[in-house]
Amino acid sequence: MSAPAELDRHLFRREAGRLIPALTRIFGVHNLALAEDVVQDAFCRALEVWKARGVPENPSAWLMATARNRALDVLRRERTARTFAPELGRLLETEWTLTPLVDEAFATGAIRDEQLRMMFSCCHPRLPEEVQLALVLNILCGFGAAEIAAAFLTGRAAVEKRIARGKTALAGAKRLFDLGDAEFESRLSTVRRALYLLFNEGYHGASADAPVHADLCAEALRLTMLLREHPPAATPTTDALAALMFLHAARLPARTDAAGDLSALVDQDRSRWDRRLIADGLALLERSAAGSEVSGYHVEAAIAAAHAGAPTLGDTDWPAIVALYDRLMAVAPSPVVALNRAIAIGERDGPERGLAALGAIADRDRLSAYPFFAAAHGELELRRGAPDAARKRFEAALALARNDAERRFLERRLEACR
Amino acid sequence: MSDFVFLFRATEADNREHMGTPERAQRSMEAWLTWIRDLEAKGHLKDAGQPLDRGGKVVRGKKKVITDGPYAESKDLVLGFMVVQARDLAQAVELSSGCPMLDGSGSVEIRPIAKFEM
Repeated sequence: MSAPAELDRHLFRREAGRLIPALTRIFGVHNLALAEDVVQDAFCRALEVWKARGVPENPSAWLMATARNRALDVLRRERTARTFAPELGRLLETEWTLTPLVDEAFATGAIRDEQLRMMFSCCHPRLPEEVQLALVLNILCGFGAAEIAAAFLTGRAAVEKRIARGKTALAGAKRLFDLGDAEFESRLSTVRRALYLLFNEGYHGASADAPVHADLCAEALRLTMLLREHPPAATPTTDALAALMFLHAARLPARTDAAGDLSALVDQDRSRWDRRLIADGLALLERSAAGSEVSGYHVEAAIAAAHAGAPTLGDTDWPAIVALYDRLMAVAPSPVVALNRAIAIGERDGPERGLAALGAIADRDRLSAYPFFAAAHGELELRRGAPDAARKRFEAALALARNDAERRFLERRLEACR
Repeated sequence: MSDFVFLFRATEADNREHMGTPERAQRSMEAWLTWIRDLEAKGHLKDAGQPLDRGGKVVRGKKKVITDGPYAESKDLVLGFMVVQARDLAQAVELSSGCPMLDGSGSVEIRPIAKFEM
């Protein structure tokens, strides 16, 4: 036996995310569970064959061919007993039309369209955002309930319930969202919002597991780029969202230091920022200026670009960043944005003004469980020479820490108060 | 060195459970590849075996009763096999201990290939 080829770390997840939408095109969304079964069968088959013969040259093509054959078996066996995709109707009835139809569903362009239709369907505005995210992660990214639960620090049962609820809604819709639908624009905005939340969950999320973090960011970025492949979805606002993800992702390698501990933006080793991602992000940001709309994504990307453009912390253009946060508060206000704005004010005008801005956050009670709200107070108290006050704030933050990385980070800040 | 056949047995349910999510499929596959690669690197892998199809027939008794598929009545079906070289049965058993089959409720049956001296 030849040495088995290296297995892509995400092979099965990624393939599930492509094959399930493709199969749904043939089976109909009411048969989503059947599509999942067929994919699972293909995976079981892969394990049996690959362990004897080694991983094939093109494992994706192998899995797709196996899923295709299995789909044909299912259609032949069950076409009288079950209803499949209604729009395909009589085409499934004869061998003459059956095989071409299945092959068409597995063509590259068709798979991409079905992934998009699935993405738009998962992001139904009547579904709560946590259900939308769980569905996207499960169906399009191939994450199981346990992995999603770990990423969101939620119980597995709760995630299973979200997925089940979402799938019931999908099946009830009878067919997937039509990309030519009149509601395309508004649904696109819900999709972007879900991808944004997915990225943020990866970037700032509560999970202690670093690889999960990076995976969520990578998935959000991948799906956003998939969105951009569909011209009607590749609007300046989508470009801005992609730019924002690239510019943040560029900083991911520096978010943890050599010991694996969290590193605040101000302490990061900027030589570890990914220059290529920054260049891609800046190019996207430039493209995003093409339209007249200025979305929150535009402003957030511009803030990230301002940080990326400063070779050292001292070079940071804090007045420009505060101005951008003012703008962000106008288009997409939130307590976390207000918190970041206050931190930027502290950098621009000194700790007293920063503390005043923190105290002026309108709905700051919504930040009461967020450890970095108390920690921001601590930093500013420390900088204005009040270590006792700072210590109290860091202790409060520590009590709210959601994982070991945050705990160690805050413990180190506490030590700085001595 | 002697040759031993490893027969991998599990229930269909256990097998599917292990491949139940893409993440689990990934882990199972990686575990198998690592285990097999290790056997190969140490010169113990004689034949990686052949994949077995699920279908098939079982023929039984003088009346040659034919039933569908081995799995219909067997709770623990043979999922595959391989041929391993080891010093003796004890070492063959030791080599099987890293088999991912054993992470679930599956089993590895180790059978020496009989030698006949002429």
